[in-house]
Amino acid sequence: MSDLKKIKDEYLNKLDSDLNIESVNQIKTELFGKNGQISNSFKSLGSLPTDERKKFASDLNSIKDELQDKINSKLQEIETKEINSKLENEKVDVTLPEREFSRGKIHPVSQVIDEISSIFSEIGFSVEEGPDIENEHYNFTALNTPDNHPARDMHDTFYLDNNKELLLRTHTSPVQVRTMLNGKPPFKIIAPGRTYRSDSDQTHSPMFHQVEGLHIDKDINMGHLKGCLNYFIKSFFEVDKIKMRFRPSHFPFTEPSAEVDIGYEIKDGKIVIGEGDKWLEILGCGMVHPNVLKNVKVNPDKYQGYAFGIGIDRLGMLKYGINDLRAFFETDYRWLNHFGFDPLDVPSNYRGLSR
Amino acid sequence: MKFTIGWLKEHLDTQKKDNELIEKLTNIGLEVESFENLSSSLDSFKVAKIINAEQHPNADRLRICDVDIGLDNTVKVVCGAPNAKKDLLTIYAGPGSIIPKNNMKLSVSKIRGVTSYGMLCSESELNLSNESEGIIELPTGKYSGKIGRNFFNSNTEKVVDLSITPNRPDCLGVRGIARDLAAAGVGKLKKISLKNIKNNGSQKIKVSITKDKNQGCTVFGSCLIEGVTNKESPKWLKEKIISLGQKPISAIVDITNYVMLDLNRPLHAYDADKIDNEIIVRNSKNGETFEALDNKEYKLGDDMCVISDKSGVLGLGGIIGGIRSGTEINTKNILLESAYFIPRSIRKTSKLLNIDTDAKFRFERGIDTQSIELGLSKAAELISEICGGKISNFDIQKTDKHEKNKIKFNVSLFEKITGFKVNDNEIIKILTDLGFEVSKDKFELDLKIPTWRPDITQSIDIVEEIVRIKGYENIETLQPEKTKIKDTLNAQQKLFHFLQRSVASKGYFETVTWSFTDSKINKLFKENLKEIKIVNPISSDLDVLRNSIFTNLTFYLKKNLDRGFKDISLFEIGPIFKDSKPGEQLTVIGAIKSGKISRLNWNEKDRVVDVFDAKKDVIQTLVEAGYDRQNFFVKDESPSYYHPGKSGSIYLDKDEIEPVAFFGEIHPNILKKLDIKTEGLVGFEIHMDYLKENKIKLKDLKTNFEYSDYQKSERDFAFVVDKNFKAQDLIEIISSIDKNLIRSIKIFDIYEGENIPQDKKSIALNVTIQSSEKTLEESDLEKINKLIISTVETKSGAKIRS
Repeated sequence: MSDLKKIKDEYLNKLDSDLNIESVNQIKTELFGKNGQISNSFKSLGSLPTDERKKFASDLNSIKDELQDKINSKLQEIETKEINSKLENEKVDVTLPEREFSRGKIHPVSQVIDEISSIFSEIGFSVEEGPDIENEHYNFTALNTPDNHPARDMHDTFYLDNNKELLLRTHTSPVQVRTMLNGKPPFKIIAPGRTYRSDSDQTHSPMFHQVEGLHIDKDINMGHLKGCLNYFIKSFFEVDKIKMRFRPSHFPFTEPSAEVDIGYEIKDGKIVIGEGDKWLEILGCGMVHPNVLKNVKVNPDKYQGYAFGIGIDRLGMLKYGINDLRAFFETDYRWLNHFGFDPLDVPSNYRGLSR
Repeated sequence: MKFTIGWLKEHLDTQKKDNELIEKLTNIGLEVESFENLSSSLDSFKVAKIINAEQHPNADRLRICDVDIGLDNTVKVVCGAPNAKKDLLTIYAGPGSIIPKNNMKLSVSKIRGVTSYGMLCSESELNLSNESEGIIELPTGKYSGKIGRNFFNSNTEKVVDLSITPNRPDCLGVRGIARDLAAAGVGKLKKISLKNIKNNGSQKIKVSITKDKNQGCTVFGSCLIEGVTNKESPKWLKEKIISLGQKPISAIVDITNYVMLDLNRPLHAYDADKIDNEIIVRNSKNGETFEALDNKEYKLGDDMCVISDKSGVLGLGGIIGGIRSGTEINTKNILLESAYFIPRSIRKTSKLLNIDTDAKFRFERGIDTQSIELGLSKAAELISEICGGKISNFDIQKTDKHEKNKIKFNVSLFEKITGFKVNDNEIIKILTDLGFEVSKDKFELDLKIPTWRPDITQSIDIVEEIVRIKGYENIETLQPEKTKIKDTLNAQQKLFHFLQRSVASKGYFETVTWSFTDSKINKLFKENLKEIKIVNPISSDLDVLRNSIFTNLTFYLKKNLDRGFKDISLFEIGPIFKDSKPGEQLTVIGAIKSGKISRLNWNEKDRVVDVFDAKKDVIQTLVEAGYDRQNFFVKDESPSYYHPGKSGSIYLDKDEIEPVAFFGEIHPNILKKLDIKTEGLVGFEIHMDYLKENKIKLKDLKTNFEYSDYQKSERDFAFVVDKNFKAQDLIEIISSIDKNLIRSIKIFDIYEGENIPQDKKSIALNVTIQSSEKTLEESDLEKINKLIISTVETKSGAKIRS
């Protein structure tokens, strides 16, 4: 027994010192190898008298377990140490730049169109489109603007032929005509798109964007028009309250017609929408003129409703603080990067319009 | 339309403050553009007295004047006028004043060494007359007590500028505006006071309106005023004209202008002595010419409404008068015209001749047919008052009675359209105040429409009149209903939005450019599409509709390269045009990428963008949009603006006729022609119109999830094929050997060179084989291996590389 204790103490002591894997394996062999001290002790079991054998076996087993545990933990310890030192050598400067990634951008006009579509989707509108090239009939005549009407002068039209039959649409209103001619009431649509007028300065661009709205049903009146636009403007500018003013105006294709102003003020050089004592005109609207309904084969005695037209670029300028309209179309990489939106930033009514 | 509040009050009896009137104007549809103190610029002109005037030491023609401008101290003004002398009452303009004649702003300045604080003014400098000899001499009696006061005292009034919509010609006259305001309850419309003028004798010049087809004149009223002395207008009239930013000319001209602005009643004054015998209102004949008051000679076509005499055309009725019969300062006898011209005729003629005048603007919108005599009376009264003369009887020639139009108005329509109710009595009052003659007939109102409202023809017009006068603020705001009739977006629109964001997510900046472009650039990209010219382009370098998105993208790419950017990725989604009829357009995505990948990168080697960058972006986009890569078929054909050897087209399926996309490097010639300097330029285009709607919806695609857990095996092959042999074909051959076992094929090396014949190349590929039924044994694998080799060798003429 005293031999066993001696072996135990000796090796436990050895294993406590600073060892590498090879020395631990050496110890392992010395103890548990073919001629190892513990192995030999087990071999000697048979030669012991029966009464001593039991006690000796029990002692031997416990010493064996103790030494084995010690060896395993020692091996573990060394392994961990080695891995740690290896990892230490592999250390890199993580402040170096990451691998290159590129980030694209969505143009503000597209973003605003998606915002608008999302808002109107919520109140039951669907999106329609029409061609950029229109004929004179759809752009003007069907919209109650005959050739001899001075209102035509309000639109500086780009023509594609000398007879002035073909033109670039001056507004999105011809989509109203196309939609109504191709379907049956009720109609509840918006139509965003490109529009063109031969006009160019700080606030006018020969191409710009409008969104047309049209809601025709049996009993749609000016109250619905007011409600719809009030809802839209509040949602678009993401405010709870908006100061809005409807005032009479004139468009050949609506009657009564209105222009809508929203209140604003300038705070710290920035425009704040919704409050203030200044008015900003943002859209034109009205009840669709009975002549227009007749022109598209809708009976004005049975159906009525409203239409509106909003300048998309201008809405974007107001919401996102963009000063120059022409910059929208000049493809300055810096501008696109600054005012553009992340492609994953899709406006929707459940996650909100803008971040 | 400009006017002053004072002028308005000549027609409107009101106690309201200016700002209340202004707000009301906007609220009833007469939009106030501005309400400004135009006179602020005229306030700086003061009545002044020269206290002392002495010779300038350095200039013979100049004098140094001490001027009393009503302040404690006099000011020194250097003046060149010969009449600048002691005790003269004149007009002084201080530093900062703007001289109306030339819009010059005065400042304190040294004139030949002597400092001058302001200036003394001549009549011409103040636009009061053409008199430029010397400074104004004000009469002592009237002005000696007014030194220091504003000379233009009536102009302390602000000027209102209204934006009048084309349907409201009546509001192109101050009286019409006053009538609307009165109806809206802010005052009472005054009666027009006409002094009893004496009409002596008949109008001696014969007037006739011919019965030509499409005769543009239906009423021609005239009167002769003999023995007038034309002169400068009196101050009140000049000031009225000036306050609206116009220039006084002579009393007769100013009076006709005044009546026009006051009543929207255009008039024309002829020098009666220059009229050859008689006035004939007729249609022009092609080739006739006349010299108009704008000093231009116009060549007329057929059937334009002209006022003529025996010698020829005097003027274009309702548009512009002629020089031959124009009044001058020494005109003795005048013929005054007050006529009605049909808007359509006016518009047609003025468009053809490209003339825009105040009269044309008004007649085109429709003048009150019943204002002929009122206009003559008002003008004749003023002319005789200011210029003297004998007024003849009025001669009115008419081919149309112009009776008042009638409408039956069902009052219930008002609530149906506006959503709120106004009681019948109030409706009747509003309409009556607006000049309607109203009689009630059960549920309907019988209305006679005032002749100054040509815009009102049907019931909806009446609704508008009532609601605008009543006020739009009375319309209730109804909560929008959320019921949907249709899905918000159709399949094509969803695809549009998806592709747009898909391309952007690959690092491209979306841009929006004009739908038109420079024909010179367009030619490089138009292929066999038709060039579509704009008849009236905004500038000569934006003269055609674009046949390709690349026209503008390359143009702006160059601009950004010139700004110093190198690695640029741009795209646009929008229309290109095939032809000039509605609908002959396609929706296309165009994207370009320039420069290098990983430029100046510490851990990756940079490389120039190449065709496979473009191919990756376009294929990934299509795959993300839901199209099956397995079915794509790539051809090495592409439009001529791509590099012929490094570009291709993509078909959704082998059998499709139209490619949905092109990709490749841009042809070096294009870069050269556009002077684009970059290491590399690639691009792709996706034609949305050829993208078929995915028949299998995502929800259907996802019903069965099948997978195999049996062991996968991979085998590598290298085949030596002809150099022109397409990798796509090799993959097609292998994958069709056994679709159940061959799960994927990856090309991992292309080799040409040593050990390979010159006209050959080696394609190395890795094939993954897996069964969904069992673990494949070595013998199965060996079988498929052999099959792959033998099939490829037979079908492609390839040789396995050993």
